[in-house]
Amino acid sequence: MGLTETDVLALFTSLKLAGISTLVLLFLGTPLAWWLARTAWRGKFLLEALIALPLVLPPTVIGFYLLLALGPAGPIGVLLSVFGIESLAFTFTGLVIGSVFYSLPFVIQPIQNAFSALDERALDAAASLGASPVDRFFSVALPLARTGILSAAVLGFAHTLGEFGIVLMIGGNLAGETQVASIALYEHVESLNYAAAHSLAGVLLVCSFVLLLGVYGLNKRYRIGAL
Amino acid sequence: MSIAVNITQPLDDFSLQVDLALPKKGISAIYGVSGSGKTTLLNCLAGLIRAEHAQIAVDGTVWQDTHQGLFLPVHKRGIGFVFQQSSLFEHLNVEQNIMYGAKRRGFARYATEVKEAITLLGIEALLGRRCASLSGGEKQRVVIARALASAPKLLLMDEPLAALDDQRKQEILPYLEQLHHRLQLPIVYVSHSRDEVSRLADHLVLLERGRVLASGPCMDMFSRLDLPLSQAPNAGVVLTTCVSHYDSQYALAQLAFNQQYFSVVTEKVNVGQQVRLQIQAKDVSVCLVKPAQSSILNSFEAHITEISVIPGAQVMLKLTLGQHTVLARITKKSADELKLEMGLVVFAQVKSVALLI
Repeated sequence: MGLTETDVLALFTSLKLAGISTLVLLFLGTPLAWWLARTAWRGKFLLEALIALPLVLPPTVIGFYLLLALGPAGPIGVLLSVFGIESLAFTFTGLVIGSVFYSLPFVIQPIQNAFSALDERALDAAASLGASPVDRFFSVALPLARTGILSAAVLGFAHTLGEFGIVLMIGGNLAGETQVASIALYEHVESLNYAAAHSLAGVLLVCSFVLLLGVYGLNKRYRIGAL
Repeated sequence: MSIAVNITQPLDDFSLQVDLALPKKGISAIYGVSGSGKTTLLNCLAGLIRAEHAQIAVDGTVWQDTHQGLFLPVHKRGIGFVFQQSSLFEHLNVEQNIMYGAKRRGFARYATEVKEAITLLGIEALLGRRCASLSGGEKQRVVIARALASAPKLLLMDEPLAALDDQRKQEILPYLEQLHHRLQLPIVYVSHSRDEVSRLADHLVLLERGRVLASGPCMDMFSRLDLPLSQAPNAGVVLTTCVSHYDSQYALAQLAFNQQYFSVVTEKVNVGQQVRLQIQAKDVSVCLVKPAQSSILNSFEAHITEISVIPGAQVMLKLTLGQHTVLARITKKSADELKLEMGLVVFAQVKSVALLI
């Protein structure tokens, strides 16, 4: 397959974006999913609906609002300028922020499901054996939910890899910085370079399929619902 | 150490209201039908439920006092808790499960407490196994050992045998009896099984719709005619006695019993060993004269100390022999024909005796 240097760079940018976004998502999503799985708060459904929004919303809509928010006149842009940071629109960091919103439901839901399915008795037993709440979270809840968390990581990663609409809105098309594989592919098609488009599309297809194979393989083995 | 529990906690259609003082050693059984509030009581004691109003103090330490706004969280209470269903950590093997609590209370693998817990429950051979590969009975033994290895001040057990089939129950009961004999540890044991309570309990608390009906030494409670315990089809008493002789030809154990002797067919028991006997009221009949040439091995002289008419045209008699009490259930007709009355000396014949070692 003939991948150009820009294609390889775009693929690398995609992988970097997906990797960093997944890490951020796991870091933020795990405590949030834990809280959602255990809270008795009545307004929980509001937050759940909000988190699920990217599942149904056209990514361009999210991208559009993020563009406004991150731009120099937007609330986040203004806030950042106070700290001397220039607009995040059309930067890699901006892309990470967009991806985190975009892939949040794909990470939250499997982890929340895994936490909800936890045997309450195991946590109670851990408490009776002298484990504090934080200790119980790390020594019992996390290890028991590990397949859910792994599913979440793979799904979040794969989903971010396929991101297009948001990048189009807030990413721009800077090779090595914000040009991701899906955008590079779009460019190839725009310029009627179907051979190059084939190569890149093929690589993305195989990557995504292999990742999903991993998720479904895990589910078959551990019977934990991913979504 | 003493356990003082005063709890008010609303339940679905009634409220749990108990004020109890439990003894500092031995097994205290909380006994009642399903839904009488037993588990809620235990969970409040453990701190798994924060009772609405409660004063709980164990060994002088206040665990909860709603007046002062005190609540000691579960992990600081130094308890062991055994649930009805196995609560093993499936991501850890047996040994890691055992060490989970032990480590957190500062015991190493070679600590006496840990080694003892492992031997007492007979799980040496299971230590390297994964939890998923254990049978239901083995899982419960590991759970109990895990609780003991953390050297709890108080062990709470919530129907630990209820989820197991009869065979598995029989497999675990001897370990619980060992626990009872070997350890000083106070145990609060929730159960709706009369059999388990008869075998294990020293102190019995009867719970009915959230209220304590009666609380006292197990032996006394079973012989009280004013309690629903004596109304049950399997009503009877539990007695503690000593093996005085064993006849291996007939497999008969002779049990000393207020200067009289009981013979029980049983597997080999050791002379001098303390045993529990269960005598059901339906297996006891009375004669006015000493029975002779009977196939029934056990008969003894006793006097009637209480008579109570029970439903089904039957009469429950309380028979006293020295410090021991036996219940006999006979028909109203027999009671009238024999002109049974308080203080009368009779000969009680016992058709069958269950030996609960």
